[in-house]
Amino acid sequence: MTDTKPRAVRRLGDIVFANLAFFAGVSILATLATVAAFLFAQSVPAFTGPPIDAASEGFFSYVLPFVFGTVYASVIGLAIATPLAIGIALYISHFANRRFAQVLGYAVDLLAAIPSVVYGLWGILVLAPFLSPTFNWLNENLGWIPIFAGQVSATGRTMLTVGIVLAIMVLPIMAALIREIFLQTPRLHEEAALALGATRWEMIKMAVLPFGRPGIISAAMLGLGRALGETMAVAMVLSPAAVVSFAVLTSTNSNTIAANIALQFPEAGGNYTNLLIATGLVLFAITMVVNMVARWVISRRAEFSGAN
Amino acid sequence: MNNILKLGALAAVSTLVLAGCAANEDVAETPTSAAETPTEAVVELAGTLNGSGASSMAAGQEAWIAAFQIANPGVTVNYDPTGSGTGRAQFMEGATSFTGSDSYWKDEELLEAFPSCEPGTMPWEFPIWISPIAIIFNLDGVSSLNMDGATVAGIFAGEITMWNDSAIAASNPGVALPELEITAVHRSDESGTSKNFTDYLAKVAENVWTVGAIEAWPVEYGGEGAQGTSGVVSAVTGGNGTIGYADASRAGDLGTVAVKVGTDYVSYSAEAAAAVVDASPLVEGRESYDLATKIDRNTTASGAYPIVLVSYLMGCNDYVDDAQAELVRAWASFLVSEEGQNAAAASAGNAPISAGLRAKAQAIIDAIK
Repeated sequence: MTDTKPRAVRRLGDIVFANLAFFAGVSILATLATVAAFLFAQSVPAFTGPPIDAASEGFFSYVLPFVFGTVYASVIGLAIATPLAIGIALYISHFANRRFAQVLGYAVDLLAAIPSVVYGLWGILVLAPFLSPTFNWLNENLGWIPIFAGQVSATGRTMLTVGIVLAIMVLPIMAALIREIFLQTPRLHEEAALALGATRWEMIKMAVLPFGRPGIISAAMLGLGRALGETMAVAMVLSPAAVVSFAVLTSTNSNTIAANIALQFPEAGGNYTNLLIATGLVLFAITMVVNMVARWVISRRAEFSGAN
Repeated sequence: MNNILKLGALAAVSTLVLAGCAANEDVAETPTSAAETPTEAVVELAGTLNGSGASSMAAGQEAWIAAFQIANPGVTVNYDPTGSGTGRAQFMEGATSFTGSDSYWKDEELLEAFPSCEPGTMPWEFPIWISPIAIIFNLDGVSSLNMDGATVAGIFAGEITMWNDSAIAASNPGVALPELEITAVHRSDESGTSKNFTDYLAKVAENVWTVGAIEAWPVEYGGEGAQGTSGVVSAVTGGNGTIGYADASRAGDLGTVAVKVGTDYVSYSAEAAAAVVDASPLVEGRESYDLATKIDRNTTASGAYPIVLVSYLMGCNDYVDDAQAELVRAWASFLVSEEGQNAAAASAGNAPISAGLRAKAQAIIDAIK
């Protein structure tokens, strides 16, 4: 049997292309491994070297507020961005007329091209003063909710402002991804729903959203990844302190790991630098955990996802 | 379309050409000043001089480099504003020939070997950059306030929280102070500005400001953090009832605090900042070529403004590479010269060092081998 089977012809182009693709794939792993190795190697002196003033109570009590701040800011950002992104994607894929949808799609993609330092400037010069009266209102009327309690910042440079800036920053990538997923919804599912007498909203609820759920989750995780690592905008906008604080309207906010590194690195010397790199390693680990959780969530719905 | 491109290219090229002309003209205009310094007149200097260090004097370094390279077309000077700590570390690794630093050599650093210097010789240092730190505030209708050190410390330590506090009102009779919360803005990044400002607070009000001179703000003192000088200035400008501290050149239209020195209240000025450096003692136990100065924040010298940031220029007394020694001599001479100091002050708004300090620094420079 095997003798009669025609042998695949190995053309030069195929071999070259296969190898190029292989190296491209491997280079991702190599880069990741190099970064991880660098972080590990550079973190060690933070623990073995002389004690560091900034972390007099040990590494973990040093990094804890930053871990909290990183996750908190990202979660706020994501909580704002996810419903918005789904709305934008639904509008573009199912409601807007074709031409307008295209224009809107470009506009959303364009948001992704704005550098984060510009978002930072916008946040500090426009958004923070603009939000300040709203923050006062929230504090006066909803101050009994712990997150709105405390002495409101006079400048508006708070955790909530950062959350909103982050939300706007992750919005384009999430909206674009979710839009693509929604456009993939099998036409037959949609038509079947409509044929059964569903309204457009019911059709979306029954056909589009369930089909798109893994896509929404991976889009959210991608957005979360960007929000976790966002540095410049946070460093510029947030009024930071080394505390764990749930209050989102005060001047005392938990800083994020990335912003803390950006703020402290320029003047850091000795093994303080290593300490900052060690916090970078923690961020690396958090991002990896987030991605692994996302993978796991998606794999539970493997039948719909093309990503595994 | 093509025509537009051509036009654009032409415009770009002519800008470049014109810019080139401008640089040449400067050379033609300043031969007298170049001739004043003997080393420059005798030999045409050539080579590359690398330095790094404090970012506080980055703007001044840019001005110095531009002026120095016009006077000495064969020399390239690079200054990388990496921060003081990194700058000193790079010098100690032999990577640079000079350093700018917001703090003088630490005793333990002077025990190490310096690869750029001949074995057994020490580095010199002297103040090259004096920058008054202004206490800026944004309060409707008030452009200047008098405060003593304890009041300033109380505000930044979070103990004085209202603008109409009796401590502020007592030293400002006749000023209508609103019943408004004070938002004290500090640097969220580590900086020499914070260190010098808190050093002042710790020295003049040790009972109120109990944590000493620090770069990272203590959580219990609260207040609002902002990134860099620009961040602090924009936070103070953007809020109402805000107060912060920043390089005086950036105070702009904001209100400023005159601090109590002796029995008077002194506003920041270039002369007042230079005066406090002259009135302060040198660090004890250092060599004669080490002008490390312990700024006397409690000075009572009249007309001295004690909240200043002093940055040092550092280099070798005896370079391994004699060509570098020659370059450093010319470079440092230019920096301490009246012309160099004024050039920096014109572009960066710092305070020129006094004539007396210039003479002492020049003596150190002349001894470089």
